[in-house]
Amino acid sequence: MNSPMTTQDRAAKPKKVLVYRHRGVTRLTHWLNVLAVTFLLMSGLEIFNAHPALYWGQKATFDQPWISMGAAQKADHTIGVTRIGSLTLETTGVLGYSGPPGMQEERGFPAWATLPSSRDLADGRRWHFFFAWLFVINGLTYWIVSLINGHIRKDLAPTIADLKPKNVWHEIVTHAKLRFPKGEEARHYNVLQKGAYLAVALVLLPMMVATGLTMSPGFNAAAPWLLDLFGGRQSARTLHFISASLVVGFILLHLAMVVASGTWNNIRSMITGRYAIEVPDPAVPPSQVLGAAE
Amino acid sequence: MSEPINRRGWLTATVGAMGAAFLAGCDKIGQDPKAVNFVSKAEGLTRRVQRLVIDRKALAREFTPADISPVFKPNGSISPADPEYRAHLLKGFADYRLVVDGLVERPLALSLAEVRALPSRTQITRHDCVEGWSAIGKWTGARLGPLLDKAGLKKNARYIVFYCGDTLEETLDGSGQYYESIDLIDAYHPQTILAYQLNDKVLPVSNGAPLRLRVERQLGYKQAKYVMRLEAVEDFSHISRGNGGFWEDRGYEWYAGI
Repeated sequence: MNSPMTTQDRAAKPKKVLVYRHRGVTRLTHWLNVLAVTFLLMSGLEIFNAHPALYWGQKATFDQPWISMGAAQKADHTIGVTRIGSLTLETTGVLGYSGPPGMQEERGFPAWATLPSSRDLADGRRWHFFFAWLFVINGLTYWIVSLINGHIRKDLAPTIADLKPKNVWHEIVTHAKLRFPKGEEARHYNVLQKGAYLAVALVLLPMMVATGLTMSPGFNAAAPWLLDLFGGRQSARTLHFISASLVVGFILLHLAMVVASGTWNNIRSMITGRYAIEVPDPAVPPSQVLGAAE
Repeated sequence: MSEPINRRGWLTATVGAMGAAFLAGCDKIGQDPKAVNFVSKAEGLTRRVQRLVIDRKALAREFTPADISPVFKPNGSISPADPEYRAHLLKGFADYRLVVDGLVERPLALSLAEVRALPSRTQITRHDCVEGWSAIGKWTGARLGPLLDKAGLKKNARYIVFYCGDTLEETLDGSGQYYESIDLIDAYHPQTILAYQLNDKVLPVSNGAPLRLRVERQLGYKQAKYVMRLEAVEDFSHISRGNGGFWEDRGYEWYAGI
């Protein structure tokens, strides 16, 4: 779409211009989502800690979880262990057994990762379901508005040019080198961004809600097909956990990319909507730049 | 010292301090009773929306005999020490009477034989503990709806309270006695039964002998064991600590459909 003839080809000093990158609704729903997901992850670990083991199928097979965390005795002291299948890992201080010196206790995830930090399943559930509502309402708002205003179609859906293997490979290589699109190319999401954002917004986050609802005995009566889709309530609990882990993975990668590609510019664009790009031609009037981003 | 290291050190320190402040903030808000009280309000929304989208008579999934858990994990009280309960157990529940009273036209006191003679239902269902695990069992019991009709609910009856034979927590005021409550939607649901059999055998003590409630579209703590008495009430705020159940009095949701 854009010829590579941008900044480097011109002798003129590149000029920074602010382009309008994120609409108000995108920015608002982004930050509400940050809030909701943070509380959901931490209260979710609190709930997980009530029974730190995962199974596959309709029911729990207590002596055969595929993953479990707990305390064990090793010589004269207690250690934390995480068992995955037949593999046993020593995870003292983080998983299975953790806490300040002298106050260690058997628990799945450590106190700093859970909400509340103490063992309190009842409160953990209350936090979880409150923010689950915020998450769902916020997510639906994002979806509906983004479908109507064309955000998904125009900004997130990959173009045919985006999907050419050569382009995808080019993006992977340049991202790996932490060299990000500049100038005209930075006006649009690149194919890796589009893919990541679409996968998270349209697949992973809805997956959290669907697997969460599959664990509800009430909702099971209304939508028993969800049990069949995910292979049972215990499978749904496993998939809820795996999806949440992928969400954490996305957040870490996303934050790393934000820092690598210009922390302040990215944060500003998600607060005020304005994103600075370098354009070769100082003659471009700002009015033309604004709005062109989307 | 080269500059990048300093900068990296500064960045690490800043991120670390922000992280620690964030976690401390989370911890503080997580313990704040006002904040917890605020987020608790979502329960009403969950209950209303679930009642709206779930048909009143929609059945919980029923399974096949092959799905039954080899051991139906007992939880909570597994062998009540309450003298009254022990006395019943010693006599094989021969003198046991299920009391049905409160806002009813005809209070009842039914022997186990009379309960077994009531319209019954057998179902293989999944039991979901609030902790996260599930077990599948085959239950046979008296349907609660016809039993309540036999007693005749008064017009102002809104909830059925189940008083149990077990003390789960020793307290001075007796609030450690297990009890539960459900509304009339669940009470008249076709799968709501007072079970006297588990997996074709007489209900074991660990699973709630002689009678345990099955209210299949809610979590495990609603499935009251050792049921001694049913009371039809208009409101349960005067009972025990006023939240409608043992675990509800300890912070858990009254509506346990999720």
